[in-house]
Amino acid sequence: MSEVTISRRSVLAGSALLLASTALPTIGWAQTPKKGGRLVVAADSEPRNLNPAIVASNGVFFISSKIVEPLAEASFDGKDGLDPRLATSWEGAADGLSVTFKLREGVKWHDGKPFTSADVAFSALQIWKPLQNLGRTVFKDLEAVDTPDELTAVFKFARPTPFQLIRNALPALTSVVPKHIYETGKIEENPANNAPIGTGPFKFAEHKSGEYYRLERNGDYWGQDQPYLDEIIYQVLPDRTSAASALEAEEIQLAAFSAVPLADLDRISKVPGLKVITKGYEALTYQLVVEINHRRKELADLKVRQAIAHAIDKDFVVKTVFLGYAATATGPVPKNDPQFYTADVPTYVFDVAKANALLDEAGYSKGDNGKRFSLKLLPAPYFNETKQFGDYLRQALAAIGIDAQLVNNDSAAHIKAVYTDHAFDLAVGPPVFRGDPAISTTILVQSGIPDGVPFSNQGGYKNDELDALIAKASETLDPAARTELYKEFQKKVAADLPLINVAEWSFISVVRDTVGNVANNPRWAVSNWADTYLES
Amino acid sequence: MTRALLLLRRRLVGSVFVLLIVVIGTFLLLEAAPGDAVDAYIASTGGDAGMIELLRHRWGLDQSALTRLATYLWALLHLDLGQSVTFSRPIRDVILERLPNTLLLMGSATALSFGLGSALGIYAGARPGGFRDRLLSIGSLALYAVPGFWLGLVLIIVFAVDLRWFPIGGIESIASGKTGLDRAADIARHLVLPVSALGFIYLALYLRMMRAGMAEVWRQDFVLAARAKGLSRRRIVLAHVARNALLPLVTMLGLQSAQMLGGSVVIESVFSVPGLGRLAQEAVAARDTPLLLGIILVSAVLVIVINLLVDIAYAFLDPRVGASEAGA
Repeated sequence: MSEVTISRRSVLAGSALLLASTALPTIGWAQTPKKGGRLVVAADSEPRNLNPAIVASNGVFFISSKIVEPLAEASFDGKDGLDPRLATSWEGAADGLSVTFKLREGVKWHDGKPFTSADVAFSALQIWKPLQNLGRTVFKDLEAVDTPDELTAVFKFARPTPFQLIRNALPALTSVVPKHIYETGKIEENPANNAPIGTGPFKFAEHKSGEYYRLERNGDYWGQDQPYLDEIIYQVLPDRTSAASALEAEEIQLAAFSAVPLADLDRISKVPGLKVITKGYEALTYQLVVEINHRRKELADLKVRQAIAHAIDKDFVVKTVFLGYAATATGPVPKNDPQFYTADVPTYVFDVAKANALLDEAGYSKGDNGKRFSLKLLPAPYFNETKQFGDYLRQALAAIGIDAQLVNNDSAAHIKAVYTDHAFDLAVGPPVFRGDPAISTTILVQSGIPDGVPFSNQGGYKNDELDALIAKASETLDPAARTELYKEFQKKVAADLPLINVAEWSFISVVRDTVGNVANNPRWAVSNWADTYLES
Repeated sequence: MTRALLLLRRRLVGSVFVLLIVVIGTFLLLEAAPGDAVDAYIASTGGDAGMIELLRHRWGLDQSALTRLATYLWALLHLDLGQSVTFSRPIRDVILERLPNTLLLMGSATALSFGLGSALGIYAGARPGGFRDRLLSIGSLALYAVPGFWLGLVLIIVFAVDLRWFPIGGIESIASGKTGLDRAADIARHLVLPVSALGFIYLALYLRMMRAGMAEVWRQDFVLAARAKGLSRRRIVLAHVARNALLPLVTMLGLQSAQMLGGSVVIESVFSVPGLGRLAQEAVAARDTPLLLGIILVSAVLVIVINLLVDIAYAFLDPRVGASEAGA
């Protein structure tokens, strides 16, 4: 976390004071939280399924993490970066074949039934492993969950599974849902998927499609005196500009996940009573990546890929596209990851002359029109920043004689073009780093993934050495040895460039200064807000 | 009355054809768009090959386009709009939930633009070429040239953020528990800005049409006759000139209803009104074909009904029209 902050500050030299003045007061406010009040929050989309045990994504967590809780949550200062939630302790066996969870006592579901180890076993075996977007990978070897008593759950794996991975997966992948609600009928069609029942500090009250979600205080919550808020309202604001206006008009008190566009932050930070906060997303890092189709003859040549890497001015991208709210990247693990990141990798300084020389060496000399060859470039449409970087990359490539043709699609069309049809030469993607490279990072470069799997290596890249390294890391139990392997992994990726990591960014919250306990954990926007409060 | 009934019957037969073409055309267009509902879905969640296959099967997307179209049409024949993959709910319910908001927005905006537009048109057309006429023409043209979303944003900044007279958006206060008249007043307050944004843009159309119509009628002989009779200017303007110039406006009203539906997509997004337009936009982004077909179908029916009403009104307003149609 510290490294991102430092680089952000150095980039933001001019506005550093401003950032410091707005970000600091949120932590260490020695004030007793007030009880009561309605917190109104901007929501830009309405997920079609609100069950976080099935869909582990930020859009779902943003709302349902207040209702349904995981076994543990990410933490700035807890052991291994975790804070207990439904589990109070967790321990991995030396052989990697089992993990024992001790569960919290006296926890009740929102319908009054007691929470037990049977719920954990059911969620793990019936939902996380077979149905969850991320769990299908991480829990693939989970064979059984023993429940010797009501407060103990023992996960049994068919093959040795690194405890480090399971631990890192706890916050995002282990939302527990009630067995008694889900055991009858098809899990995917259960009505509770749209009106979740959990153990969290807030109960689901209602959803008016296109208008709002309403959550109300759970009076039986296990946390002492918590939650402080009476109600949380997620107001659906589909237009990009409306969150900022709604904050100014005091109709909402919080806009998370950069609902206020970066370009508006400077103005909005000057509005009295509003704060711009960059903390609270440290465990939700997005990576700006150039995906490469290695089936293209030119791009299969390492020299060409190196030339492209040298042609990108990462500092400029951070300053111009992200207005300083990002950090430059060196490889496939973001700088703010406390466990795995290494800076000891081959780097590519911005050097147009060198890039041109590399392309000449590779045998692609400039034609009469100053062009070497043409490429199809598909920027992902999910973020303003990925589209803007697409525009930048086109110009950067023009400077080294590569003519990139931009193809802009909407989400569905982009997913199909890149990950199923492979109808791209270069693509701009925003993969997410989820605290452990084995969750959703190694898949970006590993070979042998079927067509159509999104956010995976669909560029036809195959490197046996890298594949072997990934396989070895996936069965290495010793955390230190496993971490070393992933450092090796970062070096190899940076050296061979199956893709080019350009920048890493996270989100910004804009909040009224009456809201207390904001951004106090690395997944704050998608955590349970049990301790969040409103001053009168 | 029988005249109107005959017209109705003739129109209904033609409408079924129109609707069929609309449904098949929309289906094919959406089929031609790259990516399907599963692609749109996994863009926000990710997932492995097994999960993707499971979803395609569950949402019936592993069948051929022709099978899906046939299934859809067969269900439609039984007045079943099907199930939305985005909402996992019957499409009929989803649309019925949103339709009143759009009708309210569209109806109020149409009333505003037609009412105020024609009134100002009469004002301007009373003396074509005069100072008032020039001023109104320029003003209305400027409004017409303004993009809807921009006008909406300006209204928000001035009246919602700075003055705080009206709410930023939405259709009513969130979970306020208001009922009856209180609720109606609350909804009206929420509608002021979006209705103004939508209505003022189309206002120019009616104003200019009214004015142009009147300018033409002024030259007719019967106006000269009315003047010769010594009728007051006021009476000539209202009862003779304006009344004759009003007829084309009624036709325009029918044509504009489709335009208005299109315009409400933008206005609904800017003002976060949970209406049909926004739903359509979401359905396209999610490649929710049955939902989009349902919305298009309902919109098409809406436009057909409005035009039918306009024609009936026309037949009553102008005895010359409709006689031939009814006689056929």
